[in-house]
Amino acid sequence: MSHSLAYGIPISWFLTVGAMLFCIGLFGMMVRRSAIGMLLSIELMLNAANINLVAFGSYLKLPSIAGQVFAIFVITLAAAEAAVGLAIVINIYRNEQHIDADKISVMKM
Amino acid sequence: MVQYAWLIPLVPVAAFVLIVAFGRRLPGQGAYVAIAGMLASLVMSIGIALQWFVFGGSNVGLYNHSVSWMPVGNTNINMGFSVDSLTAVMLIVVTVVASMVMIYSIGYMHGDKRYPRYFSYLSLFSAAMLALVIANNILLMFMAWELVGLTSYLLIGFWFEKPSAMRAAKKAFLVTRVGDVGFMAGMMLLFITTGTMNLFGSEGAFEHIATHPSQMNALVHVGPWAIPLVGLIGLLLFCGAVGKSAQFPLHVWLPDAMEGPTPVSALIHAATMVAAGVYLVARMYPVYLSDPSHIALTVVAYVGAFTALFAASIGIAQNDIKKVLAYSTVSQLGYMIMSLGVFGYVAAIFHLMTHAFFKAQLFLGSGSVIHGTGTQDMREMGGLKKKMPVTYWTFLISTLSLCGIPFVTAGGWSKEEILTVAYHTNPVVFWAGVLGAFTTSFYMFRLVYMTFHGEPRDHKIHAHESPKVMLVPLIILAFLAIFAGYVGTPFHNSFEHNMAPVLGEQFEGILEHNLDMIPHGFFMPVFLIGTFAALLGIFFATLIWKWHVIKIEKLEPAFGWLAKIVENKYYIDEIYQATIIRGLMLAAALLYWFDKWVIDYVIVNGVGYMSLVLARAWWWIDRNIVDGLVNLAGWITGTLGRGLRYVQTGVTQQYVFLLVVAMVIISLVFVAGNYSEVSWIPPITGFFH
Repeated sequence: MSHSLAYGIPISWFLTVGAMLFCIGLFGMMVRRSAIGMLLSIELMLNAANINLVAFGSYLKLPSIAGQVFAIFVITLAAAEAAVGLAIVINIYRNEQHIDADKISVMKM
Repeated sequence: MVQYAWLIPLVPVAAFVLIVAFGRRLPGQGAYVAIAGMLASLVMSIGIALQWFVFGGSNVGLYNHSVSWMPVGNTNINMGFSVDSLTAVMLIVVTVVASMVMIYSIGYMHGDKRYPRYFSYLSLFSAAMLALVIANNILLMFMAWELVGLTSYLLIGFWFEKPSAMRAAKKAFLVTRVGDVGFMAGMMLLFITTGTMNLFGSEGAFEHIATHPSQMNALVHVGPWAIPLVGLIGLLLFCGAVGKSAQFPLHVWLPDAMEGPTPVSALIHAATMVAAGVYLVARMYPVYLSDPSHIALTVVAYVGAFTALFAASIGIAQNDIKKVLAYSTVSQLGYMIMSLGVFGYVAAIFHLMTHAFFKAQLFLGSGSVIHGTGTQDMREMGGLKKKMPVTYWTFLISTLSLCGIPFVTAGGWSKEEILTVAYHTNPVVFWAGVLGAFTTSFYMFRLVYMTFHGEPRDHKIHAHESPKVMLVPLIILAFLAIFAGYVGTPFHNSFEHNMAPVLGEQFEGILEHNLDMIPHGFFMPVFLIGTFAALLGIFFATLIWKWHVIKIEKLEPAFGWLAKIVENKYYIDEIYQATIIRGLMLAAALLYWFDKWVIDYVIVNGVGYMSLVLARAWWWIDRNIVDGLVNLAGWITGTLGRGLRYVQTGVTQQYVFLLVVAMVIISLVFVAGNYSEVSWIPPITGFFH
């Protein structure tokens, strides 16, 4: 109980921020046509998750840095993902001269 | 020597195998091989007889040797051989007669198209017969017993192109089988009672019988009669003897068996195989003796006496030379059986031996006559004395022996001995025997006169004397028909001296107790009565068929009806035909009807029809329900696939949208679960404060 207000801020605030960020990312994911935009949205969602992880890590019964370590892994993963994703997008652009995700329905080039 | 006795039956077996394998390529087309084998057995048998009778082996009583044969449950059945005086005598009889018959057959069967096969059968028969006499075990004995039955069947039907021979073989086989059922039952009963198949030794059946009198004399209720157990065993075993030794009422096969080649009749159906029944009763004599009521022996005595008289009377009216001899054989076997029934154990064996020699000689002599004239009908013969002198004189000697002419013939001694025993034990049997002796000499001299004396009645027949190879056995056997009797004269009865220990001390005691009223040595009244009966028979025969003092035509009105009955063998065959065979046929027809309509039609066809109906039903279920389920599964999969195809658009945003919707639904469910009492949704608790 004492930990829930360790910093004077209840956990729900963090979670609300995380949820809002996740919803923005999700919305972007669903409505953006550009593949670049979709990648950006994914970054938003991943960061929403990071906020949650860090928040949970601090508010556990036994506070640990596990949440923060997890977040660092996620950031690393996101970097790698962005690199692979952008490489794919560049390749798509070279072949199709656009990066409109709606129109990319054929796997075979 | 005696420990090699098992070789005696094996040598003819080897000859049999050789002849079957090589047939005509062997020396003498197989005949010499068979004869060589038989002579080897003869030499060994003589060796055993010398060791036994001359060098005092019979004092040992018994040589018995067994090897393990087959373990059955808790019992171990042994196979082995034994030699005692009875075996030694039987070995001599069988090997001598078999050798003579084989040598004779070279001439008689000359040119037959199945010549090697004939000798192979003879070898097999001899082997089986020798095995029968040296077996120390009732099961082995039974096997040999059946084997001689088989070879008898094969040899009666040797000329199977003749339908009559074929029928006779079948008849012999089936009729003896009737008796064998009794033998088998007796054997089983003996085994159940004593727990062993062995006869001799401390573990043997006889010892068991001697040491367990109360078990053996326990009364068994058979129908209205109460019979001691041991008596019942004896009676059942006697059934086998009745079949094999052609006693009334199973005598019908033996006269028909004369369809076989005549040497076969001499060997199998006169001298050896038919004597196997007598041998069986003699071998199992302790069984008969140990029954204090003597019920089995009484039956044996009366069956034998009746058969002796009955068959002799039929012999008077037969016109076929071999048929006369056949009925004579039945009658003489009855004599032996009768003798066994009145405690004449030694006398029966003695008569078995002498009878084997003279009856074999008579058959071979009749074979010589048939060979010389080409007919078996005595009415077509006559006047053969001059044309066939050797055959005539040897035949006459044997005839005299059969009639029981005292002092000079073997048959005289053995007949007197039987009659002496019967005289002191059972007067009915004695007088039957005397009457049988009278009848025997009557029909035998009728045969001799019709065949050899007078003028030839059929001038188309050009009789000739038989070749030497046939005459030599005749002479040897005629010699034995005289001199074989001197081993058992009442003045110095070495035969009895040797034979008595066969039974073992205890049973010998019982036998002697029953015979103690008989004076030792020569007994005058019986000698006179027996001799008178024989001579009277000869005298009447001479009156009618030699001197023609009494004309048969004159007897015709008075005795015609009787003659007709006798000539037709008292219609026994016809009675069997009308009752037993007809009954069996009716039963068979009934069973056939039952088989055809109940078993075949109702049951078998019914099952088939039901199967068909069931199969149809099953087919329908298969077609509509099982196949329908299979198709349904396919249809569901296909429909689902078709429906879900629309989800796979390839538009990423749609996938994400669906993902979100699913996420939202799942989250809502869990949230609802957390705040409700729905039990199947696990609450997410415990992580937070």
